[in-house]
Amino acid sequence: MLRDRLLSPYQHGSSAVHRLPAGTKLLAAVACAVLIVLLPRSAWWAHAAVAGGLVAVAAVSRADLRGMLLRLLLLEPFVLGIALLALLRPGGVPLFLSMLTKSTLCLATMILLTATTRFSDLLAVLWRIRVPALLVTTLALMHRYLFVLVEEMERMQRARRSRTFVAGRSSAWRNSAQVAGQLFVRTSERAERVYLAMCARGWKA
Amino acid sequence: MHVPDGFLDARTLVATAAAASVGFGLALRAVRRHLPPRRVPLIGLTAAFVFAAQMLNFPVAAGTSGHLIGAALATVLLGPAAAVVAMTAVLLLQSLMFADGGITALGANVLNLAVIAPLVAHGVYRVVRSAAGVGPQGTLLAAGFAAWCSTLAAALACAAQLAASGVVAWGTVLAAMGGVHMVIGLGEAVITMLIVAVVMRARPELVMPAEPARATARGRTLAYGAALAIGSMVLVAPFASPWPDGLEHVAERFGFASRALAGQPAPLADYTVAPLLDASPWLATVIAGGIGALVAFAVAWFVARALAAPGRAGARH
Repeated sequence: MLRDRLLSPYQHGSSAVHRLPAGTKLLAAVACAVLIVLLPRSAWWAHAAVAGGLVAVAAVSRADLRGMLLRLLLLEPFVLGIALLALLRPGGVPLFLSMLTKSTLCLATMILLTATTRFSDLLAVLWRIRVPALLVTTLALMHRYLFVLVEEMERMQRARRSRTFVAGRSSAWRNSAQVAGQLFVRTSERAERVYLAMCARGWKA
Repeated sequence: MHVPDGFLDARTLVATAAAASVGFGLALRAVRRHLPPRRVPLIGLTAAFVFAAQMLNFPVAAGTSGHLIGAALATVLLGPAAAVVAMTAVLLLQSLMFADGGITALGANVLNLAVIAPLVAHGVYRVVRSAAGVGPQGTLLAAGFAAWCSTLAAALACAAQLAASGVVAWGTVLAAMGGVHMVIGLGEAVITMLIVAVVMRARPELVMPAEPARATARGRTLAYGAALAIGSMVLVAPFASPWPDGLEHVAERFGFASRALAGQPAPLADYTVAPLLDASPWLATVIAGGIGALVAFAVAWFVARALAAPGRAGARH
């Protein structure tokens, strides 16, 4: 299903790229993004070389190319939306093309990273490089309950759809807000239970 | 509103990353000192909730739909410092897991959406709530107006960063981002109010988290400081880019800026008051902003009254 595919970017595999340590891959991806951003706008050959490198890594990783391209296409409108503003200034066309290239290359880099690295491994890296514990805890809990909450939300929407017949715009807004509000009430109740469970396992703030 | 990689120049990236680190660090310290451990898991789960709530569609017109940003909602539900941490987690996860929002632009995105937006929301929420009363209607009005202000503040900060990077002209980007987000902010305000109203009916104590007096005093100082900084930035921005090499282009940009402003179909008719604009694009921007704020406040007031009124359709379950 499209939604499941979008919500779980990681594609399991056993290639050389998958087996690299997560810290190395994160560092390489960030370095690559910084390099792309800092490349001079006129250096087309360097952009092409980076693109070639990314294609090579993607080929070695044997990850699902169609899934990655789909993700790239879905994120591209946001890039285009901002890049179009550059066209409004005089002589903005080269700038527009350059930003589009840089953004797309960076997107491809990050998509490649997330397709070959588990988020939990990235979290472990963040923990090791001493990102504040509260932020790592928050990220870990968020990652753990993200899918639980999304599924709970979809259950609530399904239940509502199967019981209501009105389909106006204002009622759609009120229904969505009802789902979100109710979801937060359940979320806060769940957080209480999670806290008790964490304490029972020896967690300290 | 997430800035992708490749749009901001190195100076802006470094400056925004530094500002975001300071803001996040202060928030982290406030959470560590004042938040009871019992509420720590709630930050992570609220971050997941914001992410999930962003997936809900709110149909607008002709098949398009909007969605929540959530900074103001998180502030109302968690308090300012915890909201900064939760929104930072949302942006980090979106960037690291879904490539949504650039990794090099993370500092800018955190600054706009996870520091400026919650702090502006908190400042506005407090001021409006203390003026309009802490009852349901006052709380909803404050939440709605705070959502509008925080959306606009984040958009203007984003516009200023793009302009400071030399990607777009100051006049163009401020008018485009500001104008569009004045309208988007209205949607954010109504969605935030609807959700807060639902939570308030079910569990009123969740909307008014009890915080120690010292934390709120600090939060207030932070929020006022941020609001002041953004206000002055917005007012000063059209005059000069704060960086030396931007100055030489200002004249050229200005010539272009006023043409772009006049020719653009703005959501507010008053946005392009032609004689005023010729005299001063700055004055026109301020007037347009004032009118936008009045409209947003009026919308928030009407929706709050409708939602808070006992026995009305919106107030019943």
